Amino acid sequence: MANYSIDTKGLLCPMPVIKAQNRVATLNPGDHLEVLSSDPGALSDIPAWCRINGHQVVEKGQQGREVRVLIEVG
Amino acid sequence: MSEAKKVAVLVSGGLDSMLAVKVLQEQGVHVEGLNFYTGFCVEGHTHAIRKKDQKKDKRNNALWVAEQLGIKLHILDIVDEYKDVLINPKHGYGANMNPCLDCKIFMVKKALQWMEEHDFDFIATGEVVGQRPMSQRKDTMPIVSNESGAEDLLVRPLCAKNLPPTLPEREGWIDRETLYDFSGRTRKPQMALADQFGFEDYATPAGGCCFLTDKSYSVKLVDLWNARGERDYEMDDIMLLKVGRHIRPRPNFKMIISREEGENNFLQGYRNQFITMQVADFAGPLVMIDGVASAEDLALAARITTRFGKAKTEPEVTVEIRARDGSVQKIKVSPMSAADIEQSWYI
Repeated sequence: MANYSIDTKGLLCPMPVIKAQNRVATLNPGDHLEVLSSDPGALSDIPAWCRINGHQVVEKGQQGREVRVLIEVG
Repeated sequence: MSEAKKVAVLVSGGLDSMLAVKVLQEQGVHVEGLNFYTGFCVEGHTHAIRKKDQKKDKRNNALWVAEQLGIKLHILDIVDEYKDVLINPKHGYGANMNPCLDCKIFMVKKALQWMEEHDFDFIATGEVVGQRPMSQRKDTMPIVSNESGAEDLLVRPLCAKNLPPTLPEREGWIDRETLYDFSGRTRKPQMALADQFGFEDYATPAGGCCFLTDKSYSVKLVDLWNARGERDYEMDDIMLLKVGRHIRPRPNFKMIISREEGENNFLQGYRNQFITMQVADFAGPLVMIDGVASAEDLALAARITTRFGKAKTEPEVTVEIRARDGSVQKIKVSPMSAADIEQSWYI
């Protein structure tokens, strides 16, 4: 298991989802990917994308204008 | 027993593509969704930018449809490739800057490419004959099949009976008799089918999500091209055309004036790329200058800026002009009267 992070701040949905999708495609099951975003829409869109594509959201939250979603690759 | 055939369905998040997915699922084929991001499918963007919209439901309808129907959804970034579709549409534009027919051909072509790369068997859309004035007409739907290269691998389950049988129908992968014969602009058959499938919630029927069908947006895009002397754009241009009031007092520059706090915050992110200005000591908008502006132009812009804040009735106010490098210059100006702002300046 390895940990990765991508910073999508400044991009609006669905770009954070697309960036997460493309990064997850290069990872292995069990790997963790942290996605940082400035779009609050990512808090709902990334978990929705994870649910339909078989990945787990380990943590999600917002501090100020920064959104963070931690994905475990399924 | 042979493996189920696999179909990639173009999923916009609207009712038609939702129904197309469901109709094909009922046939026992394996369905996955494709959703294309052109940069102009921007409902979510305005919600993200404008403070008044931030409490609205932020669901992405394509993801929501996929989840409701239990299919995978692949979102494809076609922003760069889409430029050529918008700038040089072979079949021209619709009522505004919407190249709907070329857009549909391009998306089906991309879907075909995806289908081949992922070992799928055919593709499908929620198109209905006569539903849209440009891309969904009896005479243009064959153009989409032909020019995309999809030919008879493209199935339109909602109106298949109005069209020649496709390969999946002829080969018995799907049963033509259980497909539909919808046509025209009426939404009643789709709504009745949604009821039949038990869909209690779906995105507004026929609700377009493309900013290029919007007159105001299209006018701003054409203005941008005219001002720059070339038909081109970057992602930031697409975004900024959606934000604020746009005023062009001189051919060489325009002002983007935020309308509320959310837009103010959004424009802050561009302060290192553009000259910005704001009235000092009074509440007012952040204003961005796009173009090359002289000192005289900036003084004019400063006077216009004062018009859109609390200082507009003051005899003289200070405006802070911030350069791209962060240095700030202060100038004193008298606010411009509403009558002096020419209507033709508004884009």
